[in-house]
Amino acid sequence: MIKIQSITKTFGERVVLNEISGTFEKGKPNLIIGASGTGKSVLLKSIVGLTKPDYGQVFYDGRDFYGSDRETKIEIRREMGMLFQGGALFDSKNVEQNVMFPLDVLTKMPQEEKLERVNFCLKRVGLENVNSKMPSEISGGMKKRVGIARAIVNNPNYLFCDEPNSGLDPQTSILIDELILDLSEDLDITTIVVTHDMNSVMGIGEKIMFLYKGVKLWEGANTDITHSGVKELDDFVFANKVMNSLRGK
Amino acid sequence: MIKEIGKYFIFLGSLFVNRESFKTYYKLVLDECMTIGIGSLFLVALVSTFIGAVTTVQTAFNMVSDFIPKYVISQVVREMVILELAPTIMAVIYAGKVGSSMASGLGTMRITEQVDALEVMGINSISYLVLPKIIASVLMYPMLVITAGVCALFGGYLVGTLTGIITPNDFVYGLRSSYNEFTVVFALIKSLVFAFLVASISSFKGYNTQGGALEVGISSTQAVTSSVIAVLIADYLLAQLLLSI
Ligand SMILES: Nc1ncnc2c1ncn2[C@@H]1O[C@H](COP(=O)(O)OP(=O)(O)O)[C@@H](O)[C@H]1O
Ligand SMILES: [Mg+2]
Repeated sequence: MIKIQSITKTFGERVVLNEISGTFEKGKPNLIIGASGTGKSVLLKSIVGLTKPDYGQVFYDGRDFYGSDRETKIEIRREMGMLFQGGALFDSKNVEQNVMFPLDVLTKMPQEEKLERVNFCLKRVGLENVNSKMPSEISGGMKKRVGIARAIVNNPNYLFCDEPNSGLDPQTSILIDELILDLSEDLDITTIVVTHDMNSVMGIGEKIMFLYKGVKLWEGANTDITHSGVKELDDFVFANKVMNSLRGK
Repeated sequence: MIKEIGKYFIFLGSLFVNRESFKTYYKLVLDECMTIGIGSLFLVALVSTFIGAVTTVQTAFNMVSDFIPKYVISQVVREMVILELAPTIMAVIYAGKVGSSMASGLGTMRITEQVDALEVMGINSISYLVLPKIIASVLMYPMLVITAGVCALFGGYLVGTLTGIITPNDFVYGLRSSYNEFTVVFALIKSLVFAFLVASISSFKGYNTQGGALEVGISSTQAVTSSVIAVLIADYLLAQLLLSI
């Protein structure tokens, strides 16, 4: 479980995150949703420690991340896996080397064991026989899958995904969403997914946090999202034509 | 400007905290050495051969008096090549070739979040990405400078003798007369300093790229400009420092 408290971040005069608190539960995807530019990515980066918030705390199963010394921080870091928006694969390495990379630098596993683990994870995300392909040779959806495989290869306790299905076709998006859902349940890890995709929200949004201009306006499950009574959330939800056709039903 | 320089020193400081194992770096350094060395060898050889040739022709052209023996030409060429052309002019070319590619490589890694991916794994991305580049640069650049020196003298010899400006015997005699080993030591000291400056400044510029593809291009250009300025300032300071003792 990850707990955040009063996360606040300003860039110059601009308050991008204003006192965000909440919890993210284990064994399921926790969604952070909102329109573009509302601070979702900044919030995710503040949680994993890539952007230091002005103040606020993040607790990883009770361990205060920002209050820790360097060693504890690295220890917590090494329990994280993260999927970046574009995949963020190392473009000088092939698929296999990319997925193996965390094992290379973080563990002392023998080579055969690493390879076995890599192939297991690639298979888990539905990729086989692409081990020697370079990132420039594979499609966007495949890059995301490789990114997921790399994120889970070292058995993380926490998985973070920033817009996992941006730039993907609807079918591939659904597959990626289901993969994230399955992984969170099977591996029993705490997963946080940032998205602005209503398909994902309705598909895997068991637990949702809605951000609007840096403020948390609503929290709940997708089953309640259509009747939240929050105007900004309605605007967000019903901006989607399909959703709008369901309005009032 | 001052703030930028301060950030540069903080950047240098973070190269050495929380490093990975020696074995990790060993391989990375070897890879970088291959890229830097082999990638620049042709350009360095080509440019220095021509500079050597041109320097010889121009020196000869300026020595119209019959009272000056011909071998002085190659003596002058030698001094110019060892002291300035090989280490300093090559540093400018090195910044253009290696510095810009370091900056754009790191800039691309930054904007595509590859740097963030390293950080999330708990790896110090600065030392992981930049330290091997600096070490490889400091190892390879002196070798490139030696190559450049040899090529320049060879180019001078070739043009000088082929066009009849100077006989082969005079050229070789000039190269060997009143030779001071310290000039070579001085050139190597300069090349170590320049190699460090170009690699660290270019990496600094590339690593701190923000934005998109356009900004990567800007970082890369700035890397070359700043590296060249730093090299020229260092050149002057080193001359003051080492030649005054
Ligand atoms: N490093 C930064 N410096 C200044 N402003 C930033 C920085 N990163 C993000 N912002 C601003 O913060 C706001 C929220 O950005 P972001 O979290 O990326 O939005 P999104 O919800 O689309 O992921 C944006 O308006 C962006 O311009
Ligand atoms: Mg974003």
